[in-house]
Amino acid sequence: MAAVTVEDLVKTFRVAERQPGTLGALRGVVRRRHRTVHALEGVSFELQPGELVGYIGPNGAGKSTTVKILSGILVPDSGRCEVLGRIPWRERVANARDIGVVFGQRTQLWWDLPVVESFELLRDIYAVPHERFRAARAELVELLDIGPLMDTPVRQLSLGQRMRCDLVASLLHSPKMLYLDEPTIGLDAVSKLAVREFIRRLNRERGVTIILTTHDMDDIEALCSRVIVIGSGRILSDGPLEALRARVTTERRLIVDLADGAGPFESVGAEVVMREGARVHLRFDPARVSAPELIARITNGNAIRDLIVENPPIEEVIARLYGEADR
Amino acid sequence: MRGYASFLAARMRVLLQYRAAALAGFGTQLFWGLIRVMIFEAFYRSSTAAQPMTMDEVRSYIWLGQAMLILVMWGPDTDLRDMIRTGGVAYELLRPLDVYWVWFTRCLAQRTIPLLFRAVPMFLVAGLFLGLQAPPSPGSAVAWLGATLAAILMSAAFATLISLSLLWTISGEGMCRILPVVCWVLSGLIVPLPLYPDWAQHVIMALPFRGLADTPFRLYIGHIPASESVPAIAHQLVWTSAMVVIGRLMLARGLRRVVVQGG
Repeated sequence: MAAVTVEDLVKTFRVAERQPGTLGALRGVVRRRHRTVHALEGVSFELQPGELVGYIGPNGAGKSTTVKILSGILVPDSGRCEVLGRIPWRERVANARDIGVVFGQRTQLWWDLPVVESFELLRDIYAVPHERFRAARAELVELLDIGPLMDTPVRQLSLGQRMRCDLVASLLHSPKMLYLDEPTIGLDAVSKLAVREFIRRLNRERGVTIILTTHDMDDIEALCSRVIVIGSGRILSDGPLEALRARVTTERRLIVDLADGAGPFESVGAEVVMREGARVHLRFDPARVSAPELIARITNGNAIRDLIVENPPIEEVIARLYGEADR
Repeated sequence: MRGYASFLAARMRVLLQYRAAALAGFGTQLFWGLIRVMIFEAFYRSSTAAQPMTMDEVRSYIWLGQAMLILVMWGPDTDLRDMIRTGGVAYELLRPLDVYWVWFTRCLAQRTIPLLFRAVPMFLVAGLFLGLQAPPSPGSAVAWLGATLAAILMSAAFATLISLSLLWTISGEGMCRILPVVCWVLSGLIVPLPLYPDWAQHVIMALPFRGLADTPFRLYIGHIPASESVPAIAHQLVWTSAMVVIGRLMLARGLRRVVVQGG
């Protein structure tokens, strides 16, 4: 059975609009103007237990709305949605016991309390038996290396420390599903890597089904075999990262370091994207000219120090996909 | 249950940090209490008509009012307001708990701890130096205790309603300016309720507000004898239950329209 089934989910919001200026504000008192925002326009996907899926899209695409519906906070206008066999907003409390959620921009820890007390509070709220709680906490604290932070009030933690504590907090009740909403936002490189490694292990070793929304494409490349791209409330693409890349563009990049000055590249069958001193970035379509052929053509007329062939950065692929959606 | 109890305890621990506010509150309430006692003494001296309460009873009633004032003083719950404004309220909904009781618990902690901080010193000072008398009988004392607990519950249920209104108004300032004034007048904190004219008595007795102050105070001074405490406390509990029911309906409506902001 699928862990998550979403079918044709639709959600619209009515937003009151203030007209500009004093006159507009006065008019607003008498007659409110409303604007309808289509957050989701028929979103469907399915997740198998143990999957780790990247759920990405530009700001306002409907990512968070989807996550909120899956966690039972929001009620959709229409469509079907099941999480672990339950309809989340109908059985919000039962659903809450089986899911963990981390919103990277907020904390679920109690601001004034030391971390350890927040954890104990969560233990009681989720009615985790003491034995199981102790085991889970010991393991998570060890994995994320937050032992020294346990007695610190949450307000004194740095963002990276807080994020690690938040991750632990979301997992103390051993949920089967985890929604991570931008868990690496604002983190430094070391914390990012630690969080990523933790998410990977959580998924591989414990089989937790994870939905990861992020704007950090490195997260996606490092973690997700499957990526769902959403834009303007619709699913734009759903599949492995490589398939997504192939669908959007087949182009490759060739970076050439020349030994002596800039040579002519106009006739080799590739387009020059950028030149920085002796380094030239080229773009080519492997269907028209293969990489070895291109390299042969270039080495023919130029002295070369180094060559690198690479895929276009995932950011560009995604940006292009977003761009198509807007058109 | 354990979840709510822990939540209550955690909230109380946080509130225990606000001792300076309690001290300031105690000072203010002592000052106003002295002024109110003087005003009533002036009234009683200038009037020859028989009054429904003796001056000694009024004095005790006033000091009880000063001690318990916090039960009829609701500011907007700023933490909750910020949570609703910033969308942090989402986490509240992610817990396997009934949101109404979570918020009720918040409000209960918010009533109880400041009350303890202010009431205990007020009882000591007013009892030793300012004419607050002991209850006339052990029965009255027990009845007062029961009614005080009911008043705390009612105050929390009322505060929960105010918190819930934040789902619509976001700021809650307006509510919190108007409501306490109405409640002060109708609960006996300005003028003891027995001193109101007869035509007003029926209305005031039926309304919930007296349960916040007047009912426990009159049981304390024996103005309502201990033998009549059951209907008095029942009045408090019935209204409290009604507020809980209204609150739950409000919450159900509010959550349907809530747009969890941002993120």
